[in-house]
Amino acid sequence: MALPQLKIDATEARIAALELPQGGWADGARRDALERVRAMGLPGTRDEYWKYTDPRSLVQADAQTASLFDGGDGPIFAEIDALKIVFTDGVFDASESDDLSGENLTIERLAESTADLHWARDLYGVLENNGQAPVQRPLAALNTAFANDGVLIHVTGKVEKPIYLIYHHRSENSDAMLHHLVKVEQGASVTLLESGPAAARFNTCMEVDVADDAEFHHVRAQGRDHERRAATHVFGRLGTESVFKSFTLTVNGVLTRNEVVLELTGDDATAHVAGACVGDGEFHHDDTVFITHDAVNCESRQVFKKVLRNGATGVFQGKILVKPDAQKTDGYQISQSLLLDGDSQFLAKPELEIYADDVACSHGSTSGAIDEEALFYLRSRGVPADIATNLLTLAFLAEAVDEIDDEALGEAIVNRIEGWLDRRIG
Amino acid sequence: MLEIKNLHVKLEEEDKQILKGVNLTVEAGKVHAIMGPNGSGKSTLSYVLSGRDGYEVTDGEVTLEGEDVLELEAEERAAAGIFLAFQYPVEIPGVGNMTFLRTAVNAQRKARGEEEMSAADFLKLIRAKAKELKIDADMLKRPVNVGFSGGEKKRNEILQMAMLEPKMCILDETDSGLDVDAMKLVSEGVNALRSEDRGFLVITHYQRLLDHIKPDVVHIMYDGRIVKTGGPDLALEVENNGYADILAEVV
Ligand SMILES: Nc1ncnc2c1ncn2[C@@H]1O[C@H](COP(=O)(O)OP(=O)(O)OP(=O)(O)O)[C@@H](O)[C@H]1O
Ligand SMILES: [Mg+2]
Repeated sequence: MALPQLKIDATEARIAALELPQGGWADGARRDALERVRAMGLPGTRDEYWKYTDPRSLVQADAQTASLFDGGDGPIFAEIDALKIVFTDGVFDASESDDLSGENLTIERLAESTADLHWARDLYGVLENNGQAPVQRPLAALNTAFANDGVLIHVTGKVEKPIYLIYHHRSENSDAMLHHLVKVEQGASVTLLESGPAAARFNTCMEVDVADDAEFHHVRAQGRDHERRAATHVFGRLGTESVFKSFTLTVNGVLTRNEVVLELTGDDATAHVAGACVGDGEFHHDDTVFITHDAVNCESRQVFKKVLRNGATGVFQGKILVKPDAQKTDGYQISQSLLLDGDSQFLAKPELEIYADDVACSHGSTSGAIDEEALFYLRSRGVPADIATNLLTLAFLAEAVDEIDDEALGEAIVNRIEGWLDRRIG
Repeated sequence: MLEIKNLHVKLEEEDKQILKGVNLTVEAGKVHAIMGPNGSGKSTLSYVLSGRDGYEVTDGEVTLEGEDVLELEAEERAAAGIFLAFQYPVEIPGVGNMTFLRTAVNAQRKARGEEEMSAADFLKLIRAKAKELKIDADMLKRPVNVGFSGGEKKRNEILQMAMLEPKMCILDETDSGLDVDAMKLVSEGVNALRSEDRGFLVITHYQRLLDHIKPDVVHIMYDGRIVKTGGPDLALEVENNGYADILAEVV
């Protein structure tokens, strides 16, 4: 079907503002992705998948400016002993980064890797491309075509120290595109951390291949700059008995769309995706998750919690697709919002599509205010109303935060949320 | 200690008068019991005293040591020394019992201009008090009242009371849901707090509790008023004969 002219124009305008990196092993994948972008067209307001989120500012040729916010407290995981890799406005910053090496690990920059890395060539744009059906994700294909930096992480054994991607935002109109690859070989494991606002507009795509018996843990905290915009994609493929766990904290930001697309291709795999977001005022946060079960006896969990106030908007589109042979699937999905006032709204579209007969899948979505009974109970013990509200808000988010296995990382996340809550006590 | 004069209360949302002129004075060092048929307004009185939303005081006044109570927010009343042991303690998923109590203790201290209790002192104190009430360490770590049995919830209320050391303790049917041994434990917990400068208002349907917590004064509440006041014998009379005779006499 031919694309509407408006969509073609918007897509071409965006492409014209970008430069296709050339001269590396990824050239073929980039050209292929560009063709796919042109065939799909970039998202518009009439697209069903963008019904609740206006994509225009993510698509327009130039990024809108976003002023910088200084929380005065440095990177969220600063206390964690990690291998730090820093990007400033979307460009690798060698002077601030650690040495890109470690045991059981090779790390290369996408921008510099001219050698033909077979594993990377077999992954770059591949999971992204797989994830384009049944629903199109044109911003991810755009990223595959044009991302000019990122890291290629190859994990061949257990890596103890987390790898920490820190994204600084220093220029008010930066428009950054990063593409990361993570390949976790059989029996290997790694933890990846990400934090920081990155840019005025940030488009990031990560493809994660988790082999049999391998583990991938991911904890990220999106930056707090109030006016920043981000469209992120995480594509994952899970082998037999592998584990994939991803948690995202979002604090502020005018517009965030986080898509996670996972395919469980090996039996007995486990996939957990969780998110906690807190937003105030001009804040629009969209979690879009698509998990495909294509193997026997796999477990997937989606736990998303949103705290919204002063007219903030939360969106959740989550789907579990169970293919005919994916018997004994255990799928769980919960999305909830806590509306701290009447102006905020939560739009949810939870979906199950099941073609196997022996499965246990459940989903639930709720939206509600602070529990008045609980609030009174706390106040009757002398806890002031604002502190009591904060306690109940943290309690509401706990189910999502508890998805983080590592205690220190969980604490860092809770501290950041507490900071957000405390700043709102007058 | 606590003076309630001519208290009239209606529901905020509906045109329904619940308390219709309650007069009651609890002196420091005394235990007052309130009995009365279901729906007579006992819990409403306890909620109004502790500052719950949803009620409108249409007339009357309440003072604690001479200070106007009705003007204060719920948390300010708590800091001033009013404590309500709930008839139905509330479950709060996600908030740990310890965190909750420590926040409460320190918030009250702060409100009174006192220094916060250190984590170590708090831990020592709560362990000792919990032990007296046979509340195990595991229960302290769990979320507030979540998955507690009926009796455990009531014991948890008394633990909170012991930690917060209020001046004016209001117990709303703390005996309901308690087995015989728990009733003894809870009563001992309450009796341990009895002192010259503390008042108690104990709402109950049964003499049993009053065998353990000996009241100085017993009131009968009916249709939003205190209709009769007497000594400990009044509770025995209710236990033996029900309310019919008493009500026939006063209404
Ligand atoms: N929020 C409310 N909405 C409607 N009616 C209410 C509300 N609160 C109290 N009432 C009514 O007020 C009356 C007094 O209730 P209250 O709970 O104070 O009685 P009680 O003396 O504590 O009874 P019980 O012995 O059963 O605990 C009852 O008729 C009750 O139905
Ligand atoms: Mg009652």
